[in-house]
Amino acid sequence: MATQTLDTSGLNCPLPILKTKKALKGMAAGETLELLATDPGSVADIAAFCNQTGNDLVESGEEGGTFRFIIKNNG
Amino acid sequence: MAAKNKTLENAKSMSIIVTKGSLDWAYPPFILATTAAAMDIKTTMFFTFYGLPLLNKKLNLKVTSLGNAAMEMPMMGMHMPMPNIVGMIPGATAGATVMMKNLIKKKGVASIDELREASVDLDVRMIGCQMTMDLFEYSKEDMIDGIEIGGAATYLEVATKSDINLFI
Repeated sequence: MATQTLDTSGLNCPLPILKTKKALKGMAAGETLELLATDPGSVADIAAFCNQTGNDLVESGEEGGTFRFIIKNNG
Repeated sequence: MAAKNKTLENAKSMSIIVTKGSLDWAYPPFILATTAAAMDIKTTMFFTFYGLPLLNKKLNLKVTSLGNAAMEMPMMGMHMPMPNIVGMIPGATAGATVMMKNLIKKKGVASIDELREASVDLDVRMIGCQMTMDLFEYSKEDMIDGIEIGGAATYLEVATKSDINLFI
């Protein structure tokens, strides 16, 4: 179970990334963020964001047109 | 897992020279700057010539088909080309601007105001060009808080230390 859920459905690049950053900033190290998005670009972008910022992308999947990511905040 | 890169010695950095202030051209620099800053990349924007008014407190950005030979607008499932001759008709710029703003809203794209606010929140360093301010008679009072004023040397000092330098 993720610590927090962020729904960015309907938002386009770069808003899902900016909102993800804001959410992670307010979370403690080790906590997980569940991120929902409808932007198909978010699949590649969230992975790149996690790689660059050193946060773990624990899960990345799609269900019924909604992309779902689990990101572990590494502080 | 990638190592945390927040420490000073391995942090990445980017600079962008922003030279265009129309509604369409304002997007690439602000999208890249906010995203970079969100990815812990130290980011500087240098606003010069027609890019400088993007720092004005009140934005009134427009888009024109003039000079945008490849511009097409989606319409009823098709793409409508915007020939330059259309752009010269009075009201064409206002019409194209309304169309673009509607598309931006409909597709969940951030407004330039939103992206600029995010840039401030994410500590993007924003520098207005002193020479452009003199040339086009702008004053710092017309511009948003938190910006710096500088010139070519100020930019180049940043650029020599940046991993990525862009001119838009």
